[in-house]
Amino acid sequence: MSLLFDTAFIGTHLNYWLFVILMMTGLYIVVARGNLLKKVVGLNLFQASVFMLYISMSKIAGGTAPIEIPDPNAVYSSPLPHVLILTAIVVGVATTALALALIVRINEAYGTIEEDEVLEIDRAKSLAETAREDERDNEEARAV
Amino acid sequence: MIEAITTFTAQHGPLLAIAVPLIASPLAILMVNRVAAFIVTWLSAVTSFGLAAQMVTITADGTVLSYAIGGWAPPIGIEYRVDAANALVVLIVSMMATVLLPYMRTSIEQEVAERQHTLFYACFLLCFTGLMGVAVTGDAFNVFVFLEISSLSTYALVAMGAAKDKRALSAAYDYLVLGTLGATFFVIGLGMIYMVTGTLNLADLGRRLAEVDAENRTVRTAYGFIVVGLGLKIAMYPMHRWLPGAYTFAPTTISAFLASTATKVAIYVLARFVFSVFQIDYPFERDTLQFVVLPLALLAMFTASFVAVFQQNVKRLLAYSSLGQIGYMLLGLTLLTATGLTATFTHLFAHALTKGALFLAVGAIIYRTGGPMMHNLAGQARLMPWTSAAIVVGGLSLIGIPGTVGFVSKWVLIQAAFEADLWPIAAAIVASSLIAVVYVWRLVEVLYLQPAREGAAKREAPLTMLIPIWVLVVAIVWTGFDADGLVSVARTAGESLLDGGFVADGARIIGVPGR
Amino acid sequence: MNPWDILQTASAGDLILLSMLLPLAATLGNLVFRSMPNLRDGLTFIFTIAIFAVVTVIAMRFASGESFALDLIVFQPGLTIAFQVEPLGAVFALVASSLWILTHIYGIGYMRGNNETKHARFFACFAFAIFATMGIAFAANLLTLFIFYELLTVSTYPLVAHKENDAARRGGRTYLGILMGTSIVFLLTGIIWTYAATGTLDFVEGGFLAGKVSDNLLPFILALFAFGIGKAALMPFHRWLPAAMVAPTPVSALLHAVAVVKAGVFSMLKVGVYVFGIDTLSSTGASVWLTWVAAFSILAASIVALRQDNLKKMLAYSTVGQLSYITLAMAMANSTAALGGGLHIVTHAVGKITLFMCAGAIYVATHKTEISDMRGLGRAMPITFIAFGIGSLSIIGLPPLVGSWSKWMLLVGAAQTDQLILMGVLMLSSLLSVAYLLPVFARGFFTPEAQALHGGSWRERISEAPLFCWLPPAITAIGCFVLFFYTGEIVAFLTPIVGGANG
Repeated sequence: MSLLFDTAFIGTHLNYWLFVILMMTGLYIVVARGNLLKKVVGLNLFQASVFMLYISMSKIAGGTAPIEIPDPNAVYSSPLPHVLILTAIVVGVATTALALALIVRINEAYGTIEEDEVLEIDRAKSLAETAREDERDNEEARAV
Repeated sequence: MIEAITTFTAQHGPLLAIAVPLIASPLAILMVNRVAAFIVTWLSAVTSFGLAAQMVTITADGTVLSYAIGGWAPPIGIEYRVDAANALVVLIVSMMATVLLPYMRTSIEQEVAERQHTLFYACFLLCFTGLMGVAVTGDAFNVFVFLEISSLSTYALVAMGAAKDKRALSAAYDYLVLGTLGATFFVIGLGMIYMVTGTLNLADLGRRLAEVDAENRTVRTAYGFIVVGLGLKIAMYPMHRWLPGAYTFAPTTISAFLASTATKVAIYVLARFVFSVFQIDYPFERDTLQFVVLPLALLAMFTASFVAVFQQNVKRLLAYSSLGQIGYMLLGLTLLTATGLTATFTHLFAHALTKGALFLAVGAIIYRTGGPMMHNLAGQARLMPWTSAAIVVGGLSLIGIPGTVGFVSKWVLIQAAFEADLWPIAAAIVASSLIAVVYVWRLVEVLYLQPAREGAAKREAPLTMLIPIWVLVVAIVWTGFDADGLVSVARTAGESLLDGGFVADGARIIGVPGR
Repeated sequence: MNPWDILQTASAGDLILLSMLLPLAATLGNLVFRSMPNLRDGLTFIFTIAIFAVVTVIAMRFASGESFALDLIVFQPGLTIAFQVEPLGAVFALVASSLWILTHIYGIGYMRGNNETKHARFFACFAFAIFATMGIAFAANLLTLFIFYELLTVSTYPLVAHKENDAARRGGRTYLGILMGTSIVFLLTGIIWTYAATGTLDFVEGGFLAGKVSDNLLPFILALFAFGIGKAALMPFHRWLPAAMVAPTPVSALLHAVAVVKAGVFSMLKVGVYVFGIDTLSSTGASVWLTWVAAFSILAASIVALRQDNLKKMLAYSTVGQLSYITLAMAMANSTAALGGGLHIVTHAVGKITLFMCAGAIYVATHKTEISDMRGLGRAMPITFIAFGIGSLSIIGLPPLVGSWSKWMLLVGAAQTDQLILMGVLMLSSLLSVAYLLPVFARGFFTPEAQALHGGSWRERISEAPLFCWLPPAITAIGCFVLFFYTGEIVAFLTPIVGGANG
């Protein structure tokens, strides 16, 4: 029986499977999309998947919110990952904000937010600079 | 009185070294003018530097400093834990900030719009705080938070270079995407080891992971995620794509600061996780380093240095050279011996001084001539003799010529290779430093043996730039001869990492224990 | 109290320190007074005398039994930058410091007579090279030796590339590339390997490698040292020496006689004597291969020298051959030969510096560099050419000139080890040196002078070079003669280096 069809394994670890699917979707968007804005969306998905991982792993079957109740047999979910992820969400928001600000500036400077076109402009500029230098090297060699 | 102060700072040093720049950051924005903002920034850097120096002296004999934040005893509360390894890193970061800032005040006159100067200082302080925090903290999640504080502010700082060249924007964006991916990978790894152990305190993690089975797949996956995540931050070959652009187009002081601190801190974190947290004698952990990271380090030493030879933009040349030098640091790490780690930590320090001095000197030439291209350097030896001499000394240190600090670290690294009976690696180290001879000598020839632009007047860089450059140059030469202290501290650091001095309960621990 | 008395009573460490601080001070003096040529050069001259005095005092007090040692800085735990005087180093320091006086005088004459530029940088680098040379001479361990060895390379690069044109740049690249490349790749590896294997780098009489490294590895480590010391110009790493001929002639003198190549062969002897040990080398046969490489190097370089028309290039190849004599001396692992090698440092220095300074004097006076253009020149510049002749004869090894002694001792060494082929090589190379050196002298005096294109014979337009250019070679030529009668003292002084080695 292959692992893939082990329904029990998938069933009991459903949250992890969802985490992996979400993470890979996000990563794929970051890598494959040429639009800078869509890359940020992918990055957000990617980060969100990690939030899910942390939050779901602290959940204990039958556990309740970590607020003390009189029942001595009560099972509590761990609150710590939630707190951690609050911080991570803040970091994520800050990253998104900064990325969006950069995209605005890139749009102003380059007139586009397509990665290919930005790279093309960058490359042309670098090539022009290097060509000037090579030309100078040649002149130097000729002068000597 | 003085004794009371030093006792206080010894106890609270780890916290104060971070709190001071963190508080100074918003203060810098609130200051009435640029000068006041600079003074606030610089004073906080100097304070951190003093505290760092004290931490180094305290931890040099193997003592571990522990500070319980808010009085919550670790491992429940967050702990700042400092041994010789992170004390050295903290020293490097704060020293570079202290030296760089006066230079920065002059260089950003040209590079950053005047109304943004206070924001620039604030951003720099945040970056500084983040790097210091990463180095000082003993809590895994705290590492992530500080890593992101420094990274986010770094992205902004790199983008500030757009005032001179718009390519800074796309470089900053690339850096942001890859940096965030790296940080997120790191967090995934953290989540997994938290699942296994239920703790986030580094020392506690180290103890508990030692009890976990060597075959545990969650721990292995976590290890993979953490190594790759940090690899992105370190610019480990081939995850280096963000680095050349960021270093080339960032304002020069930022290039200097990043090149001499940011990747160093990430390497420290990698070393901390590999040696103090994970069990390096488990086969998976060991093999990953020896059969994946080590070849990549060797590859970086050769390819990145080789690419550097053909660069026409001097900042890009230095950036590629940094990639090669990162290879040396990782190489020392992957030898898995105390001498290897000594080499890594010595080189962290050596390269910080060297690359800092080089970037600053190139920045001074940019300040006078307007560009970082080879033709801007041509014949500058006659126009800016002191700056050019600094580039020569820095270059010699990059090659590893005796009398410079680069020689010290190269010596220890080769010695480590021989002690591990890996003479081919020793051969690779010396062979790759020949490539450094080539690109350094390209600079020297352009500076000294080419004619300057016609009609260019002799104009040395302003003293505010020249003094920081020469402070670093003197430090390069001084530690090149008198390296006893540096190597001793680096060795203590390596041994603390390798023999678990950081984790051990038996270590002499001082500080604020918490309740 | 006069300065001499102060030197006599100064402590040992202070004297060693002084011998290195004085050249440094001379470097600084050149930089500070860069726009005052007379003050600058005069001051440097005083420094050259002072350094020679200090080194002489060190040598005299050392000869009378005092021991000199100085631990300067702890470089790393277990490794120090330390200095120590031993016979070989004292002789080397004496040679370098005494010849520096003459080279400096000559340099002033040459640089001014030839309208060269950037005198201050030139003399500053020169003085710094002497500083590095003193460090090499007095080094007490391999680490110190290596540090100053590299400093010497770096400080002489600006001298080689002094003319700043394309040829100088190319020559400089070859110079730096080979010297730095070999030292980083081979020498540094060899040193650190030695350190990893033995845990020490201090020079010890009789060597310290024996027993610490398996005998099979010894030839390999020796190869790292022999090729790593690129300054000894062992083939195939000799190309830098002819390439460096683009430099002004005082630099060539510095390279060939005073400092650079001498530092190379000196390091070679040091490694042979104090790291491996003559006894170890001879009992393990680790250096047998090196004798053949050195012998090949001697003959090949001599043959190449025969084919050169450029005077300085010819002299450069001659140096390559002569240096291999010293490498050979070390590799023969015989005490007579080793002493001969030490002596050869002195004799070759005196002889070769004469030749180079003459070549430079000819260049200053006539701007001629090709041997074929020098017909009849001797009658216009008799002193220069006679000095050249004496230098040539000394290099060839004819008595009563000093060069004959070192060759004699090498031959005796070869005979003692029954190396008949090596004896043949030595003799053949002497013949070859006759063939490439004497024609210059003969052409100067015994061929009819060429008619110049633009009217008149040479004699009307050409006379001796300036005083500062012909006096120093004349002095060294006399030195070649005088030293012949004092070699006994030098050998006696050197004898302790082979201490307990076989006879």
